[in-house]
Parts: sequence; structure tokens; C-alpha cells
Amino acid sequence: MERIPILKMGPYLLVTIQVDMHDRVAMILQDELTERIVSERAQGVLLDISSVEVVDSFIGRMIGNIASMSRVLDAETVVVGMRPAVAITLVELGLALPTIKTALNVDAGMTLLKSSRKTSTNARPSR
Amino acid sequence: MGHNTQMADEIRRRQEEILKGWVSYQLAALTLRRDLLKESGLREESRRFLELFAEAFSVTADSSSPSWKPVKDNLAEISKMRAAQGFSPSETAAFVFSLKQPLFNLAQERAGNDGKRLAEILWDLTMLLDKLGLHTTEVYQESREAVIHRQQQELMELSTPVVQLWDEVLALPLIGTLDSERTQVVMENLLQRVVETGARLAIIDITGVPTVDTLVAQHLMKTVAATRLMGADCIISGIRPQIAQTIVHLGVNLSDIVTKATLADAFQVALQRLGATVSKAPQAN
Repeated sequence: MERIPILKMGPYLLVTIQVDMHDRVAMILQDELTERIVSERAQGVLLDISSVEVVDSFIGRMIGNIASMSRVLDAETVVVGMRPAVAITLVELGLALPTIKTALNVDAGMTLLKSSRKTSTNARPSR
Repeated sequence: MGHNTQMADEIRRRQEEILKGWVSYQLAALTLRRDLLKESGLREESRRFLELFAEAFSVTADSSSPSWKPVKDNLAEISKMRAAQGFSPSETAAFVFSLKQPLFNLAQERAGNDGKRLAEILWDLTMLLDKLGLHTTEVYQESREAVIHRQQQELMELSTPVVQLWDEVLALPLIGTLDSERTQVVMENLLQRVVETGARLAIIDITGVPTVDTLVAQHLMKTVAATRLMGADCIISGIRPQIAQTIVHLGVNLSDIVTKATLADAFQVALQRLGATVSKAPQAN
């Protein structure tokens, strides 16, 4: 059974997707990620999809779900490393995910998480 | 058909004579285009064609048979060369049609007083040469279409350059209308450059886009959405007053995209976002 590794990087969690995401793997990831966010009191999640070459509406929705779940747990998600072809596909599928933060790579993603944390420590997560 | 083989033999035997007659017919018609074609070149082309023609004719008078392929290939080559040199399709077709006269003369000699036989031979020759002449025109058309198609491709690529204005700032000056095909090219180009340069901002300038209707607006928004997914943000600039009116009248919603009237304003916003400032250098005395 494939599991997607979740690494801790300071106050953030790094999730690198390198395998095909099908139902079971996605469900397990959501379970584990939400648990880790709570147990580690993570302030942010970096979702690295630089190895993902092909996406479908399922993966698109899954990315959206992960971001929403983390936000509810007061952790911001940043999706990094999206390939141009993947970005175009998501837009064509109508899954532009406008509320999700994105960055070009893990470094930029961390910078984004740090700066957004500074501005939102006093803010309550809005629905 | 028996008399075809005989005709073919006759053509081969009296090749030089036929060639001479044919070339002089061509030159008489081509007096205006001597600038484009040398007589020696014409003679060689004609000789080659006549050889292939006689060869195929000795097998069958039906030009759709595979025996006629070498002749058709030869004609295709000639047609393409002439098209590249600037001949009109009629001038190129005349190459084939002018062969009728010398061949008809030959047919008349062979048929003698046998009217029926003469009619048969002339009909075969006419059908054949007509089809071959049309073939040159078709090849001509195809090669022109290929040129147009290639130019269209080049035009599409040339008109969507992505330039780097500053560290992490890209500019995309769009010229011409934005249809779905171009949008695809634009998106791919832009996103590729975002990855290459690590840009955080892309300024899409639409000064050169003549009209913005709902479709164009949709394409623009797709491009912005895709760029955002890659971690870069977009600013749209170059919105002319007329365009602004059209956008509002059409009810297009650009509220979540920063829009500016000029590229200069957009660049200023970009610098601000990056936390950069521009200041005057101290004057040296």
C-alpha cells in the first residue's frame, strides 16, 4: 500500500506527491495530514506537486479539499511546483482553485507561508 | 490499345523533332517570362518530361494507372519550382498544354486519312494532357496553401513574445485578436517563461488587441487563472477607454484582477508588490 510521506520542516509540513494519486492513497493522505497538522501544531502545509505530470478533476478537487481542511485547522496550504501543462489543464477543467495560494518552488512557498502567517496570527479563519 | 504503343514508339523515335517543336511553342508563349526561365533549362525540362511521357504512354493511356506516377512526380517538381520562381498556375499548366500541338501533328501524320482513328488518338491525347495539366495546377495550389499555413504558424508565434522587464516581472504585449488557438500558445509561452525566470508577476498588455468581447475576456481570465496556479500574479494593462466601456457593457467581471490603463502604471504596481523602489541617483559634481 503506497503512502505519501509527510515531512516536518520547522513549523510546516511538506508533502511531496510522487506517485499516482488514486482514491485510497488520497483518502489516506487526507487522514494522515489532518492528524499530523493537529499533533505537530503545524502552521502551514507545503503541497509539492512538481512530479505530477497529469491531473484530472479528481486530483484537482483533492488539492482543493486538502487546502480547505488545513485552513479549518488554522494551517495555510501552499501548492508548489505546478507544471505549466498541469496549470492549463486545471483551468480548462474549470478548477482554477482561486482561493489556493501557490508558489513556484518550495523556497518561495516557505517565504509565502512565513509572510502570510505574520499578517494572520490575529485573524480568525473566515468561512 | 495497340495504337498507343505505336504512338509511343513514334514519339520516342522522333523525340528531337517533337522536342524542337514543343520548345518553340513554349518560348513563343513565354516571351514575357524570359526573365524567369533560361532556354537551356526549358529544353532540359521538356526533354525529361517527354521521355517519361513516352515511357508511360507505351503502357497505357489511362493517367490514373501507377505507370504514370513518374510523370506526375516530375510534373509536381516542375510545378513547385515554377511556383517558387513566381509563375502563375496557368503559365505552369501551359507547359503541358503546349505539348498538344506537336503531338496532334504527329497523330495526324500517322492516321493519314483514317478519320475515326485520328479522332480516337486525339481524344486519348487530349484527355491525358488535360488531366496532367490540371495536376500541375493542383500541386501549385497545394504548395501555396502550405506556404500560407506555415506563415500563419509563424505569425502566431511571432506575435506572442514574453519579455522580462525586471527581476521576477514579465511582460506579455499582445498584438492582434485573441482566439482559442492563440490563447493556448500564449498560455504555454507565458507559463514556460514563468518557470524559467521564477517570475512572480506577469503584465499582460492588451493595447494591441483591437476588440475585447466576452470570448476574448474569457481567454484572458483563463490565462490569468493558469498563471496564478503557477504562483505568479497577473496585471492587465493597456486598456483603452473604449475597451473599458465595452467590458462594463458586456458585464464582464474583472474585479479580482488588477487592471491598469498603461504599461507604465502596471510596472509601478509590480515594483511596489516586490517591495522595490526607484530613486534618483545622487548628482555627481
